[in-house]
Amino acid sequence: MMSSITLTIDGKDIVAGKDVTVLQAAKSAGIYIPTLCYHDRLSPIGSCGLCIVEIDGYENPVPACSTSAVEGMKITTQSDRLFKLRQNSLKSLLVNHPLDCPVCDKSGECRLQDLVFELGVTEIGTRAPRKSQAVVYATTLIKYRPQRCIACLRCVTACKEIKGVGALDMRTDSEGFSQLSVDTETCVSCGECLQVCPTGALTENVSRIKGRLFLVKKIPTTCTYCGCGCQINLNVMDNQVVSVTGRNDIGVNKGSLCVKGRFGYEFIASDQRLKKPLIKRDGKFVEATWDEALGLVANTFTRIINENGADAIGGFCSARCTNEDNYLFQKFMRAVIGTNNVDHCARL
Amino acid sequence: MTNPIHDVLKSKVILLIGTNTTSNHPIIANYIYEAVQKHGAKLIVIDPRKIKLVGISHMWLRHKLGTDVALINGLMHVIIQENLQAQSYIDERTSGFDDLKACVAKYTPEYVSDITGVPAQDIIDAARLFATDAPGSILYAMGITQHTCGTDNVKSLGALSMLCGYVGVEGGGVNPLRGQNNVQGACDMGGLPNVFTGYQPVNDIGAHDKFAKAWNVDQLSEKVGMTVTEMVPAAGNAIKALYIMGENPILSDADGHHVEKSLSNLDFMVVQDIFLTETAKLADVILPTTCFAEKEGTFTNTERKVLRVRKALNPPGDAWDDSRVISTISQKMGYPMNYVSASAVMAEINSLTPSYAGILYSRIEDEGVVWPCPSIDHPGTPVLHVNGFARGKGTFFAIEYCPPAELSDAEYPVLLTTGRVHQHYHTGTMTRKGNALNRLYPEPLAEINVEDAIVMDISDGSYVNIISRRGQLKVKALVSEMTARGVVFMPFHFYEAAANMLTNGVLDPVSKIPEFKVCAVRIEKAA
Repeated sequence: MMSSITLTIDGKDIVAGKDVTVLQAAKSAGIYIPTLCYHDRLSPIGSCGLCIVEIDGYENPVPACSTSAVEGMKITTQSDRLFKLRQNSLKSLLVNHPLDCPVCDKSGECRLQDLVFELGVTEIGTRAPRKSQAVVYATTLIKYRPQRCIACLRCVTACKEIKGVGALDMRTDSEGFSQLSVDTETCVSCGECLQVCPTGALTENVSRIKGRLFLVKKIPTTCTYCGCGCQINLNVMDNQVVSVTGRNDIGVNKGSLCVKGRFGYEFIASDQRLKKPLIKRDGKFVEATWDEALGLVANTFTRIINENGADAIGGFCSARCTNEDNYLFQKFMRAVIGTNNVDHCARL
Repeated sequence: MTNPIHDVLKSKVILLIGTNTTSNHPIIANYIYEAVQKHGAKLIVIDPRKIKLVGISHMWLRHKLGTDVALINGLMHVIIQENLQAQSYIDERTSGFDDLKACVAKYTPEYVSDITGVPAQDIIDAARLFATDAPGSILYAMGITQHTCGTDNVKSLGALSMLCGYVGVEGGGVNPLRGQNNVQGACDMGGLPNVFTGYQPVNDIGAHDKFAKAWNVDQLSEKVGMTVTEMVPAAGNAIKALYIMGENPILSDADGHHVEKSLSNLDFMVVQDIFLTETAKLADVILPTTCFAEKEGTFTNTERKVLRVRKALNPPGDAWDDSRVISTISQKMGYPMNYVSASAVMAEINSLTPSYAGILYSRIEDEGVVWPCPSIDHPGTPVLHVNGFARGKGTFFAIEYCPPAELSDAEYPVLLTTGRVHQHYHTGTMTRKGNALNRLYPEPLAEINVEDAIVMDISDGSYVNIISRRGQLKVKALVSEMTARGVVFMPFHFYEAAANMLTNGVLDPVSKIPEFKVCAVRIEKAA
């Protein structure tokens, strides 16, 4: 049995694996085809009409995302005809989408905006805007602006295919517009929908600081909750986390997060954070300098070692701290205090 | 975990036991959905609660709390009885099969059904499904370990997997899902009373000498230390002082009243944390530290992958990194500890820990590396025990069923089990500080079986008192079919109705894990 096939894309001979789509074959050969609704982790949706290509022997262009690559196929990805058709597809999406980029959270990281630029769409035949421009809350943590929604179905598909939840559905409202509906009973507020949304239709509703995405600093790191080790970006502005996003294509999560990982960041900036060392005096905590506090700790530990021996001191390190912190902690207990009384909450 | 998380996509059958994966490891639950719905894997859920994944399972065995060993023995009985075991794998790679066979002989489906409440035919069907649809993976969490027989439970699962030849193969393995971001790493780093980093025993002369030399001290203690669950009751007696970094034992340990009383007997207690926790309130000195977003370092996830943590923010006020606090105390006690960076600490870890030897920061900037990784050109080891077990032959342990330490009786007729909910984390120190998660799950709820609720005349949303031999609390009832009759579930995130004021502090004799998952309580309508 053949494990690979040969086909021609834009005059270039390409070897691709069996059971791939035209889009995947092109991608593997480094050939770019514009896409909007297509997402690597989802079954082809085929709602946007942008990834169309011409194939010899086919009368009409076909979507590359859902057409299987076949041995000997001759494919064209760029032509005047395709360009015009793609422009038209994009224009028809924009009929319902206001070009409100200046006030959109997603501006600068918006797939739709990128495509408008790429395909040079400047004028669109307008349709009467929706009567209701109100912000609709999809859930308490996720904001949905129906007027920005292009009904690409990425969110609906991701909710079903990646999360196995299936809380989202696209319906047509009385004015004939497509509108997302959320089953709030089944929704777990994981935010997968806003992770895959290619426009500013779905955005988060937690942070009070709203930063333009191109102005925030993205710091790649590891989530602090369970043991999955999801790879995240902390999006930071003015020394505050304004949102958390999954890092696509990397780590165990490949962009996915849960409700805690995505929305559970408020504690970082909580005004209840401890900010000064505290020493208890007469039953009350009073602020102290680091020198005072650590001096007291060091002297008391030394006294207890002298009076009761090193094994009278115990240390709890933490499954919440880094490897380096834990390493130093057990080194301190063993080499400095002189005891193996060191453990942590692994059992709890 | 013996295998990486994505390996479940290669499993033909997945056995989940004692893990409410959608709530506690949501991203792993994604993989289970994908395995079942896209790749056609069969899912067996063994859980006393009707967890969400029951919805896509092929079989759900609802066993009575704490009867895991009996159930697993029952599965193994059927497999051996029907000659479905992987005999050549067993002959080549394991020892102790005859002992196991003798032990499980009496665990007939009928006998096990009497103990567990699972229908005999379900035990037979599940055993056949698991043994014949190779490869099969086992995923478990604290529902297995937090019992007085927790170690037995784990050994039994190991035996079940080896019996079918699933350890050391892709799509197989015995996979504990670790509940805290760096619980794997804290263990790997020697945050345990009996081992240095990489599980090198403190009473091994070679390891002892190596660390003493590297740390430039004449002598290190060779005496195995005490566990958290031993140190707390010894507070005020053998233990005079505790240094607690990033832990909240008053809410997280069993029998919270007892913990609080013990800790108040200490001569001196230092708590190093990011918040004024329930435990910190009892401290003599509180040291404010940075959280994960404010420091450099690494976490090791449940699949043993070492991952980078990066500083994104400046710390609040005068908070210091934990490492700086530890180093400074150390220096004040006359032991110099100077590290220019977290990567310098890692370099020392690399030099002293064979399994971490090749895990340099420069290698994990983008994607993590899985230990064991003995050298800088080693790719890491995602699947353990591929060409044989790490320590010679895999041993089958013959284990008899032992009931939980505290069972229901006339005075305390209901069994309480504890765990987490999707929206919160552990003692709620972090997740309850903001609005987002609190809006979704604002207050503690006790899940009560719908038929029990009718009998006790408890309506959904009404308050009940839950009373155990160790404490009592008032909590709102969530009437549902999640629990079986005679079982109540409570999350332990909430200080205002702290489930661990009720739980039983009796320990597994080996792992020293308390029996959080079973204790006897009484439920009364609250005034």
